[in-house]
Amino acid sequence: MEIVFVYTKKRSEFGRQCNFSDKAAELHVDILPDPSLAASFIDRDPCDVAIQCTQEMSEHEVNTERFDSEACGINHVEGGWPKDVNPQEMEQTIRYRKKVEKDENYVNTIIQLGSHMEHCIKQNNAIDIYQEYFEEEEIVEETEEQPSAKTVNVFRDPNEVKRTATSLSWHPDGSRKLAVAYSSLEFQKVTKDMCYDSYIWDIENPNKPEMTLKPVSPLVCLEYNPKDSHILIGGSYNGQIAYWDTRKGSQPVEMSAMEHSHRDPVYKVIWLQSKTGTDSFSASTDGQVLWWDIRKMSEPTERLVLDPSKKGNLDNALGAISLEFETTMPTKFMVGTEQGLVVSCNRKAKTPAEKIVCTYSGHHGPIYALQRNPFFPKNFLTVADWTARIWSEDIRESSIMWTKYHMAYLSDGCWSPARPAVFFTVKMDGTLDIWDFLFKQNDPTLSLKVCDEALYSIRVQDNGRLLGCGSQQGTATLLEISPGLCTLQKNEKALATAMFERETKREKILEARHREMRLKERSRSEQSKEDDARDGEGEESAEELVARAEREFYDVVEAEMKKRGKDEKKEKDEEKDVCEES
Amino acid sequence: MSASHFRFRLATSRKQESTRKYLHRNMAEVEETLKRIQAHKGVIGTIVVNAEGIPIRTTLDSSTTVQYAGLLHQLTMKARSTVRDMDPHNDLTFLRIRSKKHEIMVAPDKEYLLIVIQNPSE
Repeated sequence: MEIVFVYTKKRSEFGRQCNFSDKAAELHVDILPDPSLAASFIDRDPCDVAIQCTQEMSEHEVNTERFDSEACGINHVEGGWPKDVNPQEMEQTIRYRKKVEKDENYVNTIIQLGSHMEHCIKQNNAIDIYQEYFEEEEIVEETEEQPSAKTVNVFRDPNEVKRTATSLSWHPDGSRKLAVAYSSLEFQKVTKDMCYDSYIWDIENPNKPEMTLKPVSPLVCLEYNPKDSHILIGGSYNGQIAYWDTRKGSQPVEMSAMEHSHRDPVYKVIWLQSKTGTDSFSASTDGQVLWWDIRKMSEPTERLVLDPSKKGNLDNALGAISLEFETTMPTKFMVGTEQGLVVSCNRKAKTPAEKIVCTYSGHHGPIYALQRNPFFPKNFLTVADWTARIWSEDIRESSIMWTKYHMAYLSDGCWSPARPAVFFTVKMDGTLDIWDFLFKQNDPTLSLKVCDEALYSIRVQDNGRLLGCGSQQGTATLLEISPGLCTLQKNEKALATAMFERETKREKILEARHREMRLKERSRSEQSKEDDARDGEGEESAEELVARAEREFYDVVEAEMKKRGKDEKKEKDEEKDVCEES
Repeated sequence: MSASHFRFRLATSRKQESTRKYLHRNMAEVEETLKRIQAHKGVIGTIVVNAEGIPIRTTLDSSTTVQYAGLLHQLTMKARSTVRDMDPHNDLTFLRIRSKKHEIMVAPDKEYLLIVIQNPSE
């Protein structure tokens, strides 16, 4: 049913005042309830209605005007004057003060406090109670602490296939970074999936290396440029030299040309002291020592062949395993060889033959470490085979001091830059030995087992406090040694000088004695030779010696066989007797 | 009766006088004490502060006095409460603050504070 109401109005009546009039109520619509509709509905039974007997409340949000608060100090100008006293009025304040002064309590208090105060004042005047006694005397730390070392951090090779950490180099400024070269020196143990990368670690973060260096071939040695801390030079397994700039990324900036590089792994590369700071030299077991300028890596600037016969013959050459260069002596350098000889060379020699000055022999195996003492450059340390030896430049026959023969091979060593008589060595059984030659020469002062596998390299930081050692599984361990081992004790330099001089003198005397004895022997043998010649018996030549040795050998063998034959016969006879008896 | 009364009044007046004399004498003593303290070697200034922080006696200028009074009062209260917090039977007897330039000594009491600033002999 549509409910419609039509309202019409004449246009002319628009705006006319409304006249309302009463009208009776009219019923327009009446809709009756239709019970049939109720069928579409079902009674809901039971009904759940929630009711609450609480106050009805409504929530409103109101934003008030902003209240600015500012923190500032308050300067109390005057104390808590009582209400009747106006602090500005001088008269009133004076009157108040006078009143207080008359108070008996005040009087007693002041007298009592006064006496106490006077005592302290007099005390102050009498003596300065906060005076620093014994300020001038330096506190001599005579700590009898045990030398100790503790591991600060361990940096593990993040790769699956572990490589040996063959070389470590500390960052020149501040030493917060450590560059570690990884390679596998074991013959033909290089697997296809072995990673070639070497890493630079931040010593605070052992979880992830700070930077990766990606060479073409694994690096055997790595050195930071002491003049420019962004440049590193590395010698690789295939004989090439490469240098990196850490600002330029992980790839080497330049590599040496293959034809002019070494033919064997480069075991050591050292930066030289030069105005440009770009010179370095490298050594390898192919018998050559090459000099490089990193600006021009296409060919070495100089070449030296370590031929002891001074003929430059590469076939005769000794393989170089370590190098030594001291910036205070820029014209000299030393090379440690695979054959156990230390070759001392002069850079400024005119002819290649004069380059090799002299050799020091005495070791049985390759010389893995060679370093001059930072305090006494005339003495140097060599680490090889089962001993570490200290040499003096003047004595060529033998070392002046040496450690005992150990059970395991020594693989690397270095002097402490803080103390003249302290040096460190690492062995193939994973132990680190700290030697203090002024304290004890028979045994290391401190011997620590760093890890279960062999240790291959060690490097001390410039302050002598921290040292890093690299192991076969690629773990570089950072150790901190106790202050007793890295602070210079009083008189230490004088004592060390005296010790080195004493040992050098001893060796000199021994050398002189040996020479004397040899001279005597020679003269005696010459005498006897003359006598022999007179008797007619000529000197036995080598072949005759060999023939004689053979004859003697066969005689001995025959005698032995005869003896054995006799014994067998005796046994057989005994058996026969036994059988016969039974 | 009046005679006894009179006698009684005389007695009280004598007492008052003696009290006044006693007070005067002690006031003189106070003066003497403070002067003596001020006269010691190295003493820069003396201040007497009451419990409300009002400086009663001072030998320094007004602004300095007020500063010292306000600050040291608070510090003494703090020091005292510290000592008493640690051991309720204990109490602060003296407070000495040694600074680079001089030493401030505070003798506290329940109601008053005696503050002396001294430049100790080196």
